[in-house]
Amino acid sequence: MTFAGSPARESAGGGAFRSAEGARRVPLRHPWWWAGGAVLVLLIALFARLLVTNENMRWSVVLEYLFDGEILGGLVTTLELTVLAMVLGLALGVVLAVMRLSANPLFRSVSWLWLWFFRGVPPLVQMVFWFNLATLIPVIELGVPFGPALASWDTNTVVSSFSAAILGLALTESAYAAEMIRAGIQAVPQGQTEAALVVGMSRFQVLRRVVLPQALRIVVPPIGNDLISMLKFTSLVSVLATPDLLYSAQMIYSRNYRTIPLLLVATIWYLVLTTLLTLAQQQVERRMQLTRAAAGRAGDVRRLRFLPSFGKA
Amino acid sequence: MSEIPLLRIEKVGKAFGRHQVLREVSLDVHAGQVLCVIGPSGSGKSTLLRCVNRLEVPDSGYVYLEGQPVGFRWTGDGLHEMTSAQLAAQRRRMGMVFQNFHLFPHRRVIDNVTEGPVVVNGLDRATAREQAMGLLTKVGLADKAGAFPESLSGGQQQRVAIARSLAMRPALMLFDEPTSALDPELVGDVLDVMRDLARDGMTMVVVTHEMAFARDVADQVVFMDGGRVVEAGPPERIFGAPEHERTRSFLSRVL
Ligand SMILES: Nc1ncnc2c1ncn2[C@@H]1O[C@H](COP(=O)(O)OP(=O)(O)OP(=O)(O)O)[C@@H](O)[C@H]1O
Ligand SMILES: [Mg+2]
Repeated sequence: MTFAGSPARESAGGGAFRSAEGARRVPLRHPWWWAGGAVLVLLIALFARLLVTNENMRWSVVLEYLFDGEILGGLVTTLELTVLAMVLGLALGVVLAVMRLSANPLFRSVSWLWLWFFRGVPPLVQMVFWFNLATLIPVIELGVPFGPALASWDTNTVVSSFSAAILGLALTESAYAAEMIRAGIQAVPQGQTEAALVVGMSRFQVLRRVVLPQALRIVVPPIGNDLISMLKFTSLVSVLATPDLLYSAQMIYSRNYRTIPLLLVATIWYLVLTTLLTLAQQQVERRMQLTRAAAGRAGDVRRLRFLPSFGKA
Repeated sequence: MSEIPLLRIEKVGKAFGRHQVLREVSLDVHAGQVLCVIGPSGSGKSTLLRCVNRLEVPDSGYVYLEGQPVGFRWTGDGLHEMTSAQLAAQRRRMGMVFQNFHLFPHRRVIDNVTEGPVVVNGLDRATAREQAMGLLTKVGLADKAGAFPESLSGGQQQRVAIARSLAMRPALMLFDEPTSALDPELVGDVLDVMRDLARDGMTMVVVTHEMAFARDVADQVVFMDGGRVVEAGPPERIFGAPEHERTRSFLSRVL
């Protein structure tokens, strides 16, 4: 057997070698690309006509309420819920992730149980549950465990519909964040930990100064996704009569029956906010990438992850 | 010699599962000396270095730094295992340079060097930066202070790693094959920095495959095989007239 290759067979056109230089070139055509594009444009045009010409849309009403005080108040509440639940969820998530990777089996099991529970129970169920906590535990006491109480509060005053909502959202988020952050921590090479230990850092300093900063860079993209999901899932709180964006719109249309225009107002605001968050996320990612080329490596780990438990019919 | 050795390794043994990697290894390194460890792959050289700063915990035997057992404290009734904070304090006395550098990728070169002094020793940032610039100048990388590690060549990264270790003012430097991951033309710069260090009187334990370096710089060369110290002595003797057959055959393969 020879590796030199068999001599080129004579081409159909005869024996002479034909140089490609200077010849006319015909690019490959993509007829389906154009056909598909045309269908899409048609569909978009039909949809746009529906939006503009359908009487029930009532764009004038939409405009009237877009900057209504009640709506803007709801908008602020939605943002507060999103930020608070996200910050709490992430902070808890870091603790849970570290516990999950601990050498102590008790820490590991508690963390596992927590994830199992709060990933399994839909946030809506949790919210309603937290809101009704007073039925289960009428008084919250602070004191020596199994000993005398030092201070106590009426549960109903502590757990408002707002804090019930925060609890439901943050605890669910903590479970998801913990899994992402754990994956991020595990993606940081062991050599980083060793290099930090060798410099004389304590275990805590290694985590705080070397491992977590790198792990969090890795999980920025999925956390960004979570933030956007969180913004939308705050709308669940309308069930607890918390005046967020959606509930404010609902209150208005329950008075004036202009349901569709007011839902459109809420929709527009949700879209504005998610657009802003998406842009912010891109900025953060770009900045992180400046400092660490591999940042995008673990991106988009679980785009669909909220769907199973969060889907609100 | 009656002087207490800076580093004493006393009958250190270590197994991973049923694989005995170190068997009763004993060595002394005196202040200002350079010890080079050579030997075939898998002979336990890295494991020995990692037992010195307790990245691996020896199964038996002790390591003493400046006369104190590493990882333990003497108290009235015997040896007490150190807390992780106490161990961290002891580790500050020993720098370590890895084969694959392990620089902190999220920090600039200068911050890699100041991180230890600032976070661990509580040095103020300005002083730490000044000191770091001095060290970076020494390893020839002052102009890279603001760069991120990934933009440096392997040889440059390794020199930053050396500067990072030196910033903690260690009494002992451990090197685990510091040039093995480098392109051949980058090896020289790193070895030059290490030569300078040796000349300045730094006590060093160097695991290396660079026989010329060992011959030039080492005060003592140790040949390890199968987790044992087969032969130890001044470089002239180990390279010139090795006593053991295993040493001879190893050297004939690498020289
Ligand atoms: N963490 C570990 N777990 C299990 N086995 C290990 C571990 N670390 C090292 N070993 C084994 O111990 C033996 C000695 O390893 P070591 O890294 O100390 O050798 P070495 O002399 O440094 O070799 P090299 O020149 O290839 O770096 C090897 O057989 C290796 O597979
Ligand atoms: Mg090794």
